[in-house]
Amino acid sequence: MKKNIFATRWGIIGVGAFIGVLAALLQRLGNPGNMGICVACFERDIAGALGLHRAGVVQYMRPEIIGFVLGSLIAAYLFNEFRPRMGSAPIVRFVLGVFAMIGALVFLGCPWRAILRLAGGDGNAIFGLLGLIGGIWIGTLFLKGGYNLGRVQKTYTSAGWLLPLIMAGFLILMLIFPQIKGESKSGILFYSVKGLGVMHAPLIISLLAGLAIGFAAQRSRFCTMGAFRDLILFKHAHLFFGIISLVVSAFVVNLILGQFHPGFVKQPVAHTMQIWNFGGMVLAGLAFALAGGCPGRQLFLAGEGDGDSAVFVMGMIVGAGFAHNFGLASSPKGVGPHGIAAVIIGLIVCLFIGFTMRKKVI
Amino acid sequence: MSIIIDAGGLSCPQPVLMTLDKIKEIQKGEITVKVDTDTSKENVSRAVQSQGWEVADIKEDREGYQLTIRKN
Repeated sequence: MKKNIFATRWGIIGVGAFIGVLAALLQRLGNPGNMGICVACFERDIAGALGLHRAGVVQYMRPEIIGFVLGSLIAAYLFNEFRPRMGSAPIVRFVLGVFAMIGALVFLGCPWRAILRLAGGDGNAIFGLLGLIGGIWIGTLFLKGGYNLGRVQKTYTSAGWLLPLIMAGFLILMLIFPQIKGESKSGILFYSVKGLGVMHAPLIISLLAGLAIGFAAQRSRFCTMGAFRDLILFKHAHLFFGIISLVVSAFVVNLILGQFHPGFVKQPVAHTMQIWNFGGMVLAGLAFALAGGCPGRQLFLAGEGDGDSAVFVMGMIVGAGFAHNFGLASSPKGVGPHGIAAVIIGLIVCLFIGFTMRKKVI
Repeated sequence: MSIIIDAGGLSCPQPVLMTLDKIKEIQKGEITVKVDTDTSKENVSRAVQSQGWEVADIKEDREGYQLTIRKN
């Protein structure tokens, strides 16, 4: 039997360190503050580039996300792990994706960014991480109570290719309609002329970093939600070592690069309304736990042929549209006008899903 | 009659939950666990080893993997 060294203790620690270093370097090369990598924020920017929302400051087709999916696809094929599958409650996964995104945008970051914010000295991230753990803990109660979304079916290879093809299409669009300095539109794609959307590393570097992370994460099964879930549910620390390694490595590189600024106020792309930093991430954590993976892991699973994860990803991108069109997303000034209502509705929806979707599978 | 857990098509943590429940129930013996992804295979192997069980055999077939786990 072939041994997967990425799935060993040192493998997951190495992958966590690799992601942490790359994230800090991507920030240095142009990505926004404490946002070297943020799956939720970057999918939100993609939604903006497509015009699914028209928040002018967050419009950019982030190549990291494209790289995550395609890197995972390459790894899955190289190691004979591409398994096209789908059919495990896709609409539920879509709805969970929508609310996961809304919760993350109330906090202003996915679990990856929560960890990177902490590594950059942003104390507000502590409340987000506590919320994330709380949401995942609620999710584990449902899992113990028999919650599951049912079995997948094998499907056509081409069906497993759909999300990777969509991502490749996004990349082609970006090459056909490149960013023009000072212009808010290039062909059919929207670009920011100010704000977060103009802050990005060079395209080729973002893409290569995304491909490398997608490859390593597919092999190691890196998952920020799974790290806490397995710790709470089974007392297994395997994945947890990965995120500890990520936070430590990003912290060290941030220190070296002068990117570590401890404090609570005036942190980049962050607000200080701690109840909603916490509450937003309770919602996101619960949605990720019910869907079986953090937003990064959903991209990597989609890359190895999981059509349900692809649906979750599409849910997150559409959720970003709702979040900005309806005033749900936060800004450095605080939560959006309807952000609190959205978190409460999202929690009710997640509880409805958790309580009603359980059955014995044996 | 050997015990079979069919976790095919289920994503983690379900295969691990089902396996650990059965391990707790029977304490020792032999169980066959069917999974369909490499991730589930690794997760189940890691989980049972942490409970003092050994992964005696792993067979690959068209549906995925069959793990034989054992504790004497």
